[in-house]
Amino acid sequence: MNKELQVKALENGTVIDHIPSDKLFKVVSLLKLDKLSDRITIGNNLTSKHMGSKGIIKVADRYYTDEEVNRIALIAPLAKINVIKNFEVIEKKVLQLPKSFKGLVKCPNPKCITNNEPMKTRFETVSNEPVVLKCLYCEREVKEESIQLK
Amino acid sequence: MNLPGMSMKSIVSITDYSKEQILSILEHAATFEANPNQNILNGKVAATLFFEPSTRTRLSFETAVNRLGGRVIGFSDASTSSSSKGETLNDTIRMVANYADIIIMRHHLEGAARYASEVSSVPIINAGDGSNQHPTQTMLDLYSIQKTQGKLENLKITIVGDLKYGRTVHSLLMAMSHFSPTFYFVAPDELKMPEEYKLLCDKHHIPYVEKSVFDDEVIKDADILYMTRVQKERFTDAMEYEKVKNVYTLHNSMLDQSKENLRILHPLPRVNEIDMAVDANPKAYYFDQARNGLYVRQAIISNALGLI
Repeated sequence: MNKELQVKALENGTVIDHIPSDKLFKVVSLLKLDKLSDRITIGNNLTSKHMGSKGIIKVADRYYTDEEVNRIALIAPLAKINVIKNFEVIEKKVLQLPKSFKGLVKCPNPKCITNNEPMKTRFETVSNEPVVLKCLYCEREVKEESIQLK
Repeated sequence: MNLPGMSMKSIVSITDYSKEQILSILEHAATFEANPNQNILNGKVAATLFFEPSTRTRLSFETAVNRLGGRVIGFSDASTSSSSKGETLNDTIRMVANYADIIIMRHHLEGAARYASEVSSVPIINAGDGSNQHPTQTMLDLYSIQKTQGKLENLKITIVGDLKYGRTVHSLLMAMSHFSPTFYFVAPDELKMPEEYKLLCDKHHIPYVEKSVFDDEVIKDADILYMTRVQKERFTDAMEYEKVKNVYTLHNSMLDQSKENLRILHPLPRVNEIDMAVDANPKAYYFDQARNGLYVRQAIISNALGLI
């Protein structure tokens, strides 16, 4: 059986797979792919055995640190990261939400100092499943559905 | 930037103090109560930056500094300060840190004091940031409890009123979690204690009972009765407020079966949740509680400056 790939195979680079279709373009922004000149292939609303519908991003000749890639856990915690060399998957990274991070996420509390002063936000991860973050300034908790990227 | 080596520290939340540090502050507060006029702050300048007005708290802090020989500068209202010109908090704090040895601030935005403590070269004392923290209030609540009960451990505390938005309530809960209390939480359904604080109680094995009826049943075994105001603005349904507005009011008759050592606390201002007739009851402690604020703030300021 010759199964046709929905998106062309990558020789070297990184594949981010199993992205929920509604989160695909947020992941593209998070990785700043819309601003850089990396060669990328994007597929969305593709059929997936596990998810029904998924998005996939293949970035040629680009490798990411754990820190860069773990941020994806904020919006697509179940995404899979495959590191490719010579068409082979040499590493599968498991996403882990960082324990704390600066910037990236906006605090949804309009009365938080971070929304009223030129400064970076700071959050700590209170729980991984479901994702709950805590703003280190106003101390409010932010549930997964309220997470907005800056 | 508060350098640990200099043993000067900012106080933004009651959780910035360990249990031992809390007990130490309370001990110092007792010494200040015995002798509130000392020269420990001679030569020091404290800045009271009240971006949001609060006469009671500001006067308490300013008296604390004055009686210890220090001097006070500051403002009591953001509209008369440079922030009305659009100056950032960062710039205001850095500027004032050039003049003062310590900054006491109240701000309407949550997290303002935490941010100030990151950009300031002198200690920051949070005198209230929005609906977030008010650590010196909690400390004076603890002092009042300890003073009237002779201890902080194993007490039965009944908290009444707005348990959902009450900043002093949440902070008191966090502080008391060091001391094995038992709680009665009495509130209308709309203003019940939030889940995260009940989880905190579970985590520290603190028993609690939730009730929506305020009667002698929840008072008779209590050592401390902590009353808070139920505010109309907190209700999404105005009719619901009308139903409950007088339910959580304390009357003298409700104290007939209460323990001898019971004391009634309230963070003030009091509106109608404690009937005026209760003021004459020897168990009414809320005005003494406010006075304790002076000694506690003297201890906190002196400690923050590394002087005690």
